[in-house]
Amino acid sequence: MILKEQGLVVSVVDHNAMELAPRISEADVADYVALLKPRVMALVVFTALVGLLIAPVHVHPVLAFTSILCIAVGAGASGALNMWYESDIDALMSRTANRPIPRGRVTPPEALTFGITLAFFSVMTLGILVNWVAGALLAFTIFFYVVIYTMALKRWTAQNIVIGGAAGALPPVVAWAAATGSLSVEPLLLFLIIFFWTPPHFWALALFRCEDYARAGVPMLPVTAGPDATRLQILLYTIVLVAVAFAPWPLGYFGAVYGVASLALGGGMLMLAANVYCRREGREASRATRRLFAFSIVYLFALFATLLIEVVVRAAVPSIW
Amino acid sequence: MDDKQEQKGIVLTEAQKKSRRERSIAIALALAVLVVLFFAVTIVKGPAVLMRPM
Repeated sequence: MILKEQGLVVSVVDHNAMELAPRISEADVADYVALLKPRVMALVVFTALVGLLIAPVHVHPVLAFTSILCIAVGAGASGALNMWYESDIDALMSRTANRPIPRGRVTPPEALTFGITLAFFSVMTLGILVNWVAGALLAFTIFFYVVIYTMALKRWTAQNIVIGGAAGALPPVVAWAAATGSLSVEPLLLFLIIFFWTPPHFWALALFRCEDYARAGVPMLPVTAGPDATRLQILLYTIVLVAVAFAPWPLGYFGAVYGVASLALGGGMLMLAANVYCRREGREASRATRRLFAFSIVYLFALFATLLIEVVVRAAVPSIW
Repeated sequence: MDDKQEQKGIVLTEAQKKSRRERSIAIALALAVLVVLFFAVTIVKGPAVLMRPM
């Protein structure tokens, strides 16, 4: 049942009615695709692809495809399990009320079965066909996102997305492990970039979705510490992010193209974060947080795209480096 | 409800039949992809496919 009140969409699932009558699913493929969180999956695939391609080894295209597919399916499994566990609070937030479970298209047990099946097959396929370092890391990533972040941290502490951000930062590490069978400094640098990118990105979202999170009882930083403290944290984390993202160039891990791009993009992030910190009221404040949220997505894509360009140019014209 | 209808059990609506068919096709395609993937990797790796580096 969907209620529309004052422009706000709230979905209410009548679980008792669902339990009394034998329920025959009308969920179509699109509902199951929605359970995979396709937009998150796109970011995971892209960052994993970068992790795979910057590895200093030749990976057969079939193995590369297998690795990326398994990581994508593993990310999708995490999304489905996250939606299974969070269906109660999803129904209370306008941003998530249209997800398949709150809408009544997919039942929680169906989502749970779907998620566990995909998680099992993605981990086993990656382990058997590629290597078990990557398989184990993918299993850990899914475990961390579902159990540590979704079940433990999210409803317990305002630091939920800081610690939980590790799950989102692991895909390039898994991909590197798939290519090399081991770990090194480069994938850990990619991990750190995504890890420090996560708080400013999600706190910007939480600032303009504060009422949603408060209604659902999720202790996001703007709910527990207030908007001003969140603005300060966004600025501080952005400073650390820009420094961490720039460091690989002077340290000699990534090239000059990356270094210059990270400076330019980092300048943009800093400017927008400072704007969020300064503009605290009214429409201007809302616009500033939305701008930072939108630009943070562009920032991460562009930063990782620069690494891809470096790899391609290095392969095409080795004498440049 | 008379006996005839009871014996029929649960009767699916057209929408339920359609969505079940869609889901069945998706599962079949996913299994086919898995089979092709295992076959392709076996060809690519050759005998090394039996080696499982930790």
